[in-house]
Amino acid sequence: MSYLEYNVKYVPSGLRKLLYVNWPIVMLITAVASFGFLMLYSVAGGDASAWMAPQMKRFGVGMVLMLIVAMVPIWFWRNMAALAYVISLALLVAVEFVGSTGMGAQRWIDLGFIRLQPSELMKIGMVMFLAAYYDWLPVKKASHPFWVLLPLVFIALPTMLVLTQPDLGTALLLVIGGGTVMFLAGVHWAYFGTVIAGGASAVYAVLQSRGTDWQLLKDYQFRRIDTFLDPANDPLGAGYHITQAKIALGSGGWTGRGFMQGTQSRLNFLPEKQTDFIFTSLAEEFGFVGAITLLVLYALIIFFCIASAMTNKDRFASLLTLGVAMTFFLYFAVNMAMVMGLAPVVGVPLPLVSYGGSAMLVLLLGFGLMQSAHVHKPR
Amino acid sequence: MRRPPKETDESARKISRRALLLGSAQLGFVGILAARMQTLQVDQADEFRLLAEENRIAIRLIPPARGLIFDMNGVPLAINEQNYRIVMVRENAGDVEATLARLTQLIDVDPEVIERALEEIRRRSPFVPVTIVERVAWDDIVKVTVNAPALPGITAEVGLSRQYPLGQDTAHVVGYVGPVSDYDLSLLDDPDPLLQIPRFQIGKTGVENKLEVALRGAAGARRIEVNAVGRVMRELDRREGITGAEVQLTLDARLQAYVEARLEGESAAAVVIDCDTGDLRAVGSAPSFDPNLFVRGISVADWTALNDSIYRPLAAKSTQGAYPPGSTFKMVTALAALEAGVIDAESTVYCRGFTEVSGTRFHCWKGSGHGNINLHESLKQSCDCYYYEIAQRAGIDAIAGMARKLGIGVRPDLPMSAVVQGIAPDRAWKREVRGEDWRIGDTVNASIGQGYVLASPLQLAIMTARLATGRSVTPRLIHTIDGVEQPGGAGEPLGLNENYLRRIRASMYDVSNHQRGTAYGSRIVAEGARMAGKTGTSQVRRITAEERARGVTRNADLPWERRDHALWVNYAPYDNPRYAVAVVVEHGGGGSAAAAPIGRDITLQALYDGPPPLDAYPSNVRGHIAEQQERIQARMPPGATTRDRA
Repeated sequence: MSYLEYNVKYVPSGLRKLLYVNWPIVMLITAVASFGFLMLYSVAGGDASAWMAPQMKRFGVGMVLMLIVAMVPIWFWRNMAALAYVISLALLVAVEFVGSTGMGAQRWIDLGFIRLQPSELMKIGMVMFLAAYYDWLPVKKASHPFWVLLPLVFIALPTMLVLTQPDLGTALLLVIGGGTVMFLAGVHWAYFGTVIAGGASAVYAVLQSRGTDWQLLKDYQFRRIDTFLDPANDPLGAGYHITQAKIALGSGGWTGRGFMQGTQSRLNFLPEKQTDFIFTSLAEEFGFVGAITLLVLYALIIFFCIASAMTNKDRFASLLTLGVAMTFFLYFAVNMAMVMGLAPVVGVPLPLVSYGGSAMLVLLLGFGLMQSAHVHKPR
Repeated sequence: MRRPPKETDESARKISRRALLLGSAQLGFVGILAARMQTLQVDQADEFRLLAEENRIAIRLIPPARGLIFDMNGVPLAINEQNYRIVMVRENAGDVEATLARLTQLIDVDPEVIERALEEIRRRSPFVPVTIVERVAWDDIVKVTVNAPALPGITAEVGLSRQYPLGQDTAHVVGYVGPVSDYDLSLLDDPDPLLQIPRFQIGKTGVENKLEVALRGAAGARRIEVNAVGRVMRELDRREGITGAEVQLTLDARLQAYVEARLEGESAAAVVIDCDTGDLRAVGSAPSFDPNLFVRGISVADWTALNDSIYRPLAAKSTQGAYPPGSTFKMVTALAALEAGVIDAESTVYCRGFTEVSGTRFHCWKGSGHGNINLHESLKQSCDCYYYEIAQRAGIDAIAGMARKLGIGVRPDLPMSAVVQGIAPDRAWKREVRGEDWRIGDTVNASIGQGYVLASPLQLAIMTARLATGRSVTPRLIHTIDGVEQPGGAGEPLGLNENYLRRIRASMYDVSNHQRGTAYGSRIVAEGARMAGKTGTSQVRRITAEERARGVTRNADLPWERRDHALWVNYAPYDNPRYAVAVVVEHGGGGSAAAAPIGRDITLQALYDGPPPLDAYPSNVRGHIAEQQERIQARMPPGATTRDRA
């Protein structure tokens, strides 16, 4: 499978492919990452070596990887999709046995140079696999119950594994990411209606299970939900993070308190200020203007992805592009909603900004795939 | 395999449609996020800014320097002394125990103190400085400073601590300070935030306690930036506190020291009051204690010794002790009878050694009796029967009224820890307190200051000053607060018949100046310093009929706590009263032997404002007095005699 499937007028090759890379997205990604470097420098109290330098190094490696992936023809990745999914799944199983525990959950494998979170890898792996699946599946069969059940199993397998870690946030993101690909692939509306109704009942069941023998979530997860619903209830305990985060955001005002002047982050009132809560530091120091700027940058990345997908005739390519875009969207939307008190604290980093290797590398790999789709678009 | 173009296009269109839908949903969510940002960052910005400031800024109080206390001449009675202490910050210390071990090798520290400090260090956050030893000698501070590299985390600091230069001489009046306790806080409705400072020193007794609010001053404040765990990052600004008010007492430190020295060896109290102003020049109580022990934190052994002593060193006997005034009460009875018109100065009563009242015999101290005796002689010789008789004529209510007029049974308003009211008993009092009817025998007992009558040495001094002046002299202890003069106690005329008063004074004069006066042995011979006084000997036990038949046991043969109290009141000079003095020697025996000489010495010391010339004393006692003066001068604290601020 290749360009031979389409009527193409022009095929870029060799280094000429670089001209066809979606440069606006590369620039947007760099802009967002630079925001991150600035904030990592600031929350470290002006110490570049603490977080900023390693982050820049990782970003550099990630960008190179992204371009390498982009240079590889998209059909190669389509053929690799099943393998990527199986490897991710295998790692998820492995993490159950050899994984290290952090924050009360089994999440990562220490590979020496990187702490790999297989669940992050799975986000891209599953999007790839489902895109490949729907590329392979004749369009007419997409809504056939059997062919709907199959991808549901593909989604359910990793989700279950992630849930046992237990990482509720990632599990939800996997389900939503997978569901989005199914939706885009043209699965009938009725299925989604059913799933949403079922999901609502499931949430109800989970909440009802609290305190019983068959309790479905850990106590700390329930507490996070409580805290989300009413952070003021426990301002020095579980609600502390959300309350302090809101104070940081709010005290930023229009233009913020100035670079490195954020008292909330500098004086350690903010939890995990360099990772999940970095947006609050940013909003505190750069204010509404800075926060909106970041949001617009994110939105533009999504916009360019959708635009690229819509102009791509290749089914796998556009599904993959939209899937990656959706994954990226879920990262920042959930993270921002979380720190602004719109969603429970679930431990999702702010993409390309939060300090951390796994998420950034996985996202840049995802953008590499998206770029590959863009470069190798049938023209 | 080439894909059918139709299928490809259709699939792409479908994806595009749904992608647009998804994109709109995403845009919608971005819109929600943006709206949320606006709510938090624009609409509620001020509110959150305030919360962030509250988070960030903590206010730490700066304790003000406590107000100083001086005597009337500016001799310091309570000062703030610089005090070196050794402080440790755990996070800088590395191995805390090893560092402390090195410290103990260097300077001498009680292992118990180290143990306590260790406990505190473990309890506090690692960045909080914890005091290890206080009041460290300068030499030790030097050692610690020089060896600083071997003692990481340990620094020497300077603080202020209360010190009482005259020590035990002013302990009962000035009182002492100590760290605020939960009990202290529970007494206050709206405690000063300063009191929340750990180990903040507040007045516990005496003037330190009663004038606490004035002496404490107002807290200063530092606004500091703290981080989430409370570590101080920097100081934003600082407002110094207001030093506590300077308090000047009416006491004369030198006289006070003399009084304490003169009372030494007895369990006794003495008060010197200025007849013109009511100023208390000396308020002595012996034995005393060193208030500095309490500031430092008194050891259990010292505390037990003070608390268990039968001589009650902690009690301010001059204000807190209530004694039967004995014969010193006779002026009250006499004046009450005169004012009631039931006797005149010349009317006589026959004393045969006892009086029988409703079947009970009330004895005169002189078993053989005084024969026919008038007011003048009865006071001079302290005949009891005379008073048994005139009291029955005047009635107890007149006597109690006169007692209250002269200050007995009325609580003096003094800023000291315990100031007793005493008792001037009458019918109403007995019915209320005892639930019994007044009996005539009670009147007879009260007439000579026994029975229910109780008065403190301070009240006896007030009574004497009032007799000497005819004015309602009230005691004053605080001369100025921050330079503002406090109301004096010269008092209004009591409205007593001056002729009667003159009679009483003349009799009191003879008590110490007439050969047959009970205090003739303690007379002052210097003209212009002669005193008028009255002895008193009050029983603390009942003498039974059998014992009287056998012969009354002599005081010296009784155990100390059953001996009579010896009392003395006087004022001087007789013709121009300046000072009134009251002396009570607990279980001292006879007033003329045990109390009057003390009163005489104190009076002379006050009148001469220093050691009096020997020729103020009758020649037969001069040798003894010279010795005594030498002994007392040697004991007087040097601080009391400096007059640098006078």
